[in-house]
Amino acid sequence: MIIDLLLLMFSAVLIENFIFSRFLGICPFLGVSSKPNTALGMGCAVIFVMSISSAVTYLIYTYLLVPFELEYFKTIAFIFIIAAIVQFIEMFLRKFVPSLYNALGIYLPLITTNCAVLGAALLNIQKGHNFIYSVTFGFSSAVGFTLAIVIFAGVRVRVALADPPRCFKGIPITLVTAGLLALAFSGFAGMSF
Amino acid sequence: MDIFNIILAFLLFAVIGAVVGFLLAIASKVFEIKTDERIEAVKEALPGVNCGGCGYAGCEALAEAIVSGEAKANACVAGGTATAAAVSDIMGVETESAIRLRAQVMCSGTNEYSKKKYIYAGAQDCLSAVRMGGGDKLCPNGCIGKGSCVFACQFDAIKVEDGVAVVDYELCTGCGACVAACPKYIIKLIPFDSAHWVGCMSVDKGAQTRKYCDVGCISCRLCEKNCPSGAIKVTDFVAAIDYSKCIACDKCVEVCPRKIIWSGKTQSRDLTIKLNDKAV
Repeated sequence: MIIDLLLLMFSAVLIENFIFSRFLGICPFLGVSSKPNTALGMGCAVIFVMSISSAVTYLIYTYLLVPFELEYFKTIAFIFIIAAIVQFIEMFLRKFVPSLYNALGIYLPLITTNCAVLGAALLNIQKGHNFIYSVTFGFSSAVGFTLAIVIFAGVRVRVALADPPRCFKGIPITLVTAGLLALAFSGFAGMSF
Repeated sequence: MDIFNIILAFLLFAVIGAVVGFLLAIASKVFEIKTDERIEAVKEALPGVNCGGCGYAGCEALAEAIVSGEAKANACVAGGTATAAAVSDIMGVETESAIRLRAQVMCSGTNEYSKKKYIYAGAQDCLSAVRMGGGDKLCPNGCIGKGSCVFACQFDAIKVEDGVAVVDYELCTGCGACVAACPKYIIKLIPFDSAHWVGCMSVDKGAQTRKYCDVGCISCRLCEKNCPSGAIKVTDFVAAIDYSKCIACDKCVEVCPRKIIWSGKTQSRDLTIKLNDKAV
């Protein structure tokens, strides 16, 4: 069981990385990756929210939607639940852990509409994970997301200083860079567990 | 799908929605934090560009500092007198007018006048250029002109012209972001209505400076000797003006043999910049 969990973590972080092989969460990946510090802040917020939302959406699905045979409503229900959770966490942190609230800052509410968080919840159902597997999968997927966005922010700092042809300046060179980074991650693709 | 399923789905979501809404409503009461409404009001009054000129992380951080009494009501340099007045009103204190500052690049050595030691073809960034033997200009205190200050400016007030950064005084808010960004430390904040400034920061002896640049300060002290109010002093082989003493008499501009003392004079409220003829 422990081995299985470790394999699940390894595969979620590297092999089936949310950004580079599932293409989820591309919007924050491009939007908040201009500085390593903000990228790390975003990554921490995602880890936090994704772990909790994986747990709660699993419980909602198993104990509410399945008994009422309303599984086909999972997407709507999850969007709704995730938005509520993020709201709740924000209020909770603001009251009891202001330092963490300040560190996460604007990124916490931004995650409400992050497709990676919803993706993790839906993939848990699709793969038939139980509760512990769901939380582990949510957590390690978010770690993979953080890894990708921090590496990419580091690369972008260097790219910003380079002098590319004018037609490549800005977003084009960023996308080319992201493609090359995704290629590097695809080196893990051959491994399967 | 029969009608029962639809009603069931409707009811289930209505119940979930009601429960979640109720919980959030309770949570917002339980976790309520009493914030000072003046923070919000001060934040509204500040420019909101988060330039960091006040030394705080952004306008919100400054607003909190002002309300807690940590910072003064006129701490925002970018907003100027109008913002200081608005913030003072909210805080209920006397308005202390902020002295409007502007950034000034203390270098006159455009490509035409300054000499290069090599041809630089690296990243267009002053920090990178400085690592390559202190930049391509021979003068160790000259503007590198790769535009690190241009990137730092939130107000588009600075641009590089002919190898030297030039500040647009009307757009400049005096926040000081460029001052911090310059690896040569040659951007200074000076009072907005300063009559003159010395366009050189070369701290080498005159003979040495002559080799670098046609428009460098050679520390001849003519300005110092001719200044009636004692406002201009040559220290470390470069002239510098004490703005509290300057009476805008134009004497220094006339006598400077290198023509690097520049004039900017106030006419009513507008600053008109009169550039001297470039030196020989």
